[in-house]
Amino acid sequence: MKFEDMIRPHLAYLYFLAVRLCGERTSAEDLVQDALLRAFRAFPGLRNPDQPRLWLTRVLTSAFHDRVRRSDRDDLSLESDSGFDLFDRITEEDPFPYSDRVHLDFLDLFDDAKLLEVLQGLQPDLRAALILAYVYGFTAKEIGEIMSRPLGTVLAWLHRARKQLERELWEYASSRHLLMSRAEARV
Amino acid sequence: MINCKDAVSRLWAYLDRNLERVQERELEEHLGMCRHCCGELEFAKQIRERLRTAGEMEAVPEEARARLDALIAGFEEPR
Repeated sequence: MKFEDMIRPHLAYLYFLAVRLCGERTSAEDLVQDALLRAFRAFPGLRNPDQPRLWLTRVLTSAFHDRVRRSDRDDLSLESDSGFDLFDRITEEDPFPYSDRVHLDFLDLFDDAKLLEVLQGLQPDLRAALILAYVYGFTAKEIGEIMSRPLGTVLAWLHRARKQLERELWEYASSRHLLMSRAEARV
Repeated sequence: MINCKDAVSRLWAYLDRNLERVQERELEEHLGMCRHCCGELEFAKQIRERLRTAGEMEAVPEEARARLDALIAGFEEPR
């Protein structure tokens, strides 16, 4: 099979994955171009051409990891696990006193653009693991293959990614006064 | 029976089907008794669904597609 024939059915997938990882389209396109070059160079030595999507995901994720490492934003050791629990926080603060679905009301504060912005607040490797798991449905084992990490590390990353996401959602809503404006709008 | 803290710590793994059978049974037993944790489970499901659908696009923007197509077409494979 020619490289071009292998890559074309997956091009849109790679682009959308890159947009989610990078948070905006210009960087995403750069990342896809970088990944295509890497894939082209590695293609002659590809041992398992039956799973092109998994392989291409690995190539693109690796390119993404190298980019964020260069920008020195991926020091996972700096971030300690937090006991933050978004569900509890919403229950305690009760930002929608007249609602019987406060937690879902909270999520409704975030349109897609805001949610993608919040995702950018996560540490890059955690963000990548979260996106691969919950947007694309890769198993933890597959994410381990994609990101060249043992299963235990991936499971720990996913746990921390969820905690970071919860905290980022709350902080985003608080810092932009989304909670107050929505509650006021309902009075 | 496990407490709420243990139950909540297992919810996402439960949705991922990553729990051992014993842990899964303990959680389901707890969920059968605890409305608070049922709410947390529903909330976790909704966050995951929003993550999945956020950023969905029907197609790659035309100009980006043209640039990527041109890049691929320019690759010269060894004969």
